[in-house]
Amino acid sequence: MSGVRVLVGTKKGAFILTSDGQRKDWNVNGPFFEGWEMYHLKGSPVDPNRIYASQSTGWFGQIIQRSDDGGTTWNPVGNQFQYDGVPGTHQWYDGTPHPWEFARVWHLEPSLTDPDTVLAGVEDAALFRSTDGGESWAELSGLRNTEKGSSWQPGAGGMCLHTILVSPNDPERIFIAISSAGVFRTDDGGKTWTPKNKGLHSEGIPDGDAEVGHCVHRIALHPSRPDTLFMQKHWDVMRSDNAGDSWTEISGNLPTDFGFAIDVHAHEPETVYVVPITSDSVHFPPEGKLRVYRSRSGGNEWEPLTKGLPQENCYVDVLRDAMAVDSLDSCGVYFGTTGGQVYASSNAGDSWEPIVRDLPAVLSVEVQTLA
Amino acid sequence: MIRVVLPAHLKTLVNDRREIKLEVAGDVTQRSVIDALEARFPVLLGTIRDPVTQKRRSFVRFFACEEDLSHESLDAPLPDAVMSGSEVFYIVGAMAGG
Repeated sequence: MSGVRVLVGTKKGAFILTSDGQRKDWNVNGPFFEGWEMYHLKGSPVDPNRIYASQSTGWFGQIIQRSDDGGTTWNPVGNQFQYDGVPGTHQWYDGTPHPWEFARVWHLEPSLTDPDTVLAGVEDAALFRSTDGGESWAELSGLRNTEKGSSWQPGAGGMCLHTILVSPNDPERIFIAISSAGVFRTDDGGKTWTPKNKGLHSEGIPDGDAEVGHCVHRIALHPSRPDTLFMQKHWDVMRSDNAGDSWTEISGNLPTDFGFAIDVHAHEPETVYVVPITSDSVHFPPEGKLRVYRSRSGGNEWEPLTKGLPQENCYVDVLRDAMAVDSLDSCGVYFGTTGGQVYASSNAGDSWEPIVRDLPAVLSVEVQTLA
Repeated sequence: MIRVVLPAHLKTLVNDRREIKLEVAGDVTQRSVIDALEARFPVLLGTIRDPVTQKRRSFVRFFACEEDLSHESLDAPLPDAVMSGSEVFYIVGAMAGG
């Protein structure tokens, strides 16, 4: 019987929520790694029992955990993330040079074809790859070296490489996004990279249309259309239909186009979800109403989804890695909040219910659809 | 026998042992104690000191005999009371919120 497994990273540990295909009754397992910041957990698409997890604290650094039994037991694997060569400096918030320093792994992206291969996006921004199940890591340093990492600067959350999308029909093509540098694409498996930010416009940088320097919060794609990308930028919701070569704004009638999370329906490549957040200085929803907005037309025209979500006195945030979809026939949509709720919809967003409501602040949500 | 107490986050990595007893070969120093600790619990690699530079992580401190030893030489002998096992070598997370 089909089912789903929801992997939740929080500020104080990880939780694994499971349900059958009905998605009505949920078991909550955890906390795993209690007290540690769990920025991200993600399972291998080819071996769902293989799950990678990023465990860190500012005090004691980075641990990578791996489960080979669907999250029941875990073992630490390699945690040495050494930049290739002398990493030099990037820009600090005030534009002065600042030494490149590893802080943590923000995002783990298992290979679409090999359970032992996984990419890691880290702060200070760089991309690492393991081909031995996380035991050892090597930087794909072409990103920093060919793209003048010395000119990048951090966003408020740190200079993080937070999004990794591997093209489903071409493993040599990878998109990544960095706050606050922007989107980059490689077509040769990570050796060379090109910035892909044409059409973005940002305030707060000297040249609002610059090739690099945009605070991209998240990008998403549908596997059936790997050249179509959707982006939640710091401000503005954007789309590209040419693999990032150019972008157009699709914010349309959103109440605010600031936000973090964005995702695409599992079966409808033009159905997109965002969670509008008031502004960069007010990290909670407009009017205290938690609303997911759905566009069925690939953007511009958005409808609020409110059934089952708090419509008064709600002042939580939904962070960039905290939304995911399952691929059951009726697409499930999930998101977590900084208030510790994980909301789920088993009908593509028409209605919602909290499947757990009192966790630590949620940093990430991933979903595995189990056969 | 050297007695070591870890901070809470690191105890979770080594299954919540309250106090670790270590055999340390040769001179008993910060370096040799941490070497022995990491050899016994490889998961601690990188959590106390940088695995390459050996530099203590900036939010980690070393206390013993009511003294802060964090800024002593890594190769200085630890106090006799630590060497004899009558006092504990504490690895501490710097006092801060979180």
